[in-house]
Amino acid sequence: MLKWTRERPVLWILAVMLILGAILSFLSPFFLTVPNLTNLLKQVSILGLLAAGQTLVIISRGIDLSVASILALCAVVMGGLMSQMGLPPGVALPVGIALGGLVGAINGLVIVKTGIPPFIATLGMMGIARGLALVYTQGVSFQLSSPTLIWIGEGTFLGLPIPIYIVLLVYAVLYLLLNHNSFGRNVYAIGDNEEASLLAGINVDRHKILLYTISGVCAGIAAVVLISRLSSAPPNVAQAAELQAIAAVIIGGTSFSGGIGTVESTLIGAMIMTMITNGLNILGVSSFWQQVFVGVIIILAVWLDKLKGR
Amino acid sequence: MKPLLQIESMTKLFGGVHALEEVSLDLHSGEVVGVIGHNGAGKSTLMKIVSGALRPDHGRIRIDGETVTLDSPIRAHQLGIEMIFQDLALLDNLNATENFFLGRELTRSFLGFRWNDAQRMQTIAKEAIHNINPHFHRFRTEVGLLSGGQRQSVAIARAVHLDTRVLIMDEPTAALGPEETEMVRQLVLRLKKRALGIFLIGHDLQDILRLSDRIVAMRGGRVVGTVEAARASEDDLLGMIISGKVPAAALPGPGAVTLDQEKD
Repeated sequence: MLKWTRERPVLWILAVMLILGAILSFLSPFFLTVPNLTNLLKQVSILGLLAAGQTLVIISRGIDLSVASILALCAVVMGGLMSQMGLPPGVALPVGIALGGLVGAINGLVIVKTGIPPFIATLGMMGIARGLALVYTQGVSFQLSSPTLIWIGEGTFLGLPIPIYIVLLVYAVLYLLLNHNSFGRNVYAIGDNEEASLLAGINVDRHKILLYTISGVCAGIAAVVLISRLSSAPPNVAQAAELQAIAAVIIGGTSFSGGIGTVESTLIGAMIMTMITNGLNILGVSSFWQQVFVGVIIILAVWLDKLKGR
Repeated sequence: MKPLLQIESMTKLFGGVHALEEVSLDLHSGEVVGVIGHNGAGKSTLMKIVSGALRPDHGRIRIDGETVTLDSPIRAHQLGIEMIFQDLALLDNLNATENFFLGRELTRSFLGFRWNDAQRMQTIAKEAIHNINPHFHRFRTEVGLLSGGQRQSVAIARAVHLDTRVLIMDEPTAALGPEETEMVRQLVLRLKKRALGIFLIGHDLQDILRLSDRIVAMRGGRVVGTVEAARASEDDLLGMIISGKVPAAALPGPGAVTLDQEKD
């Protein structure tokens, strides 16, 4: 079985998720109910979107610490465009998503042109983007009321909440990109050995810029879901969410040393993270303890991954 | 006959130190030139310049007599220069087909997007690799899990395509078993018949003597001398590498142009 799951890492992580689900439904009769599962899917959406772009970045042996701050900046700009300038969501939301892409592209350019390690470059951007969000709003949050946002935040289609369709769409696009497009295959090559990739004729710089751009776009899309769910755009939202996103990627089995990983496993990793928080909430465990649990789970996940002999 | 590739007074400095100093040498089509020397003698630096991975501070490269600019590995590929690096030839986490087509994937259009044409790539890679090594069959395995010989087969198949004119092999038989070494030897001879010009970088002097037509020895960033393999012995080569002593049978020509009798 170990060999089997090594060749299909997603099955391994899927099994972990199902076991966790079984334990939670055994511990609480409320876990496996339609309202709670619906809630779970809503909760996973923002983390899932942040982790999606992060997966590609980590496969390339980079890291993006700025995603949560980009999310906040996109959220307040979307909020400002709608509540202060009266623009319709059809304009404000795409502009906000594009802003996320722009900030991500700046991350990529800084990394490529200056040679500053991704950890430092995106750490800087984490402060810059969060700071700009606070400057722009003067620390207050815009209240939003728009039928479009309410539909995204509360609506369902075929019984499932709208955000989960957004998540699935983003993951489908990234899956196709990674598996059936030369860009994606080259990302694996870059993550394995940058110098060898360069010698093989891959334009490594262009790939990196695009990777961080994708991560920024994902953060922008996450901002859409977030302001829809909150009906407001607070600048201090999603603090430390970048660490959760990175944790979801790692739990999904993507290697920190680059070159290995899949987006589908990350989605399950995000589900596991969300299930733990959700389950502990249902069980009435204090949120302080939840952080402890999540920390332990991250360490366990990486340790189990090592045991599999990769 | 005009040489296929001419390297003229190539100079490269690393932090003020000469990694290469006025190195000139040429390569004809259908010829194997062995390049020998200690680590740090400048052979890797020279070959990295020829393969577009490094830019020289001074010097010129001609192909068919025309001066060319080699400012990137991509440009070198376009000119038909391929280098098989000892450690950097393949990506361990990709399979043979993916490595074969890395950086030059075949695509087809579907719904307005370019997608990898996995099937066509698989067919072509399979044929090309079988051409090099008929026993190779692990196309779906990550190459990091393959044996040294199997990896070398993939790397060589990748480097040798229709447009390849100059092939640079960096220690091609290092870390190979006897059978696999023999396979690589046979391959070099076959490629030679296809009129490729081949640079063979190596430490195994017997191998170099057996496979090369001419052998160039480098020392301290300079060419010590060039000998005809058929008329040189292992001792001649050692003498050139270690003490810079040029044997009586050394050839004149670009290799010897820069030869100044060592002062030390």
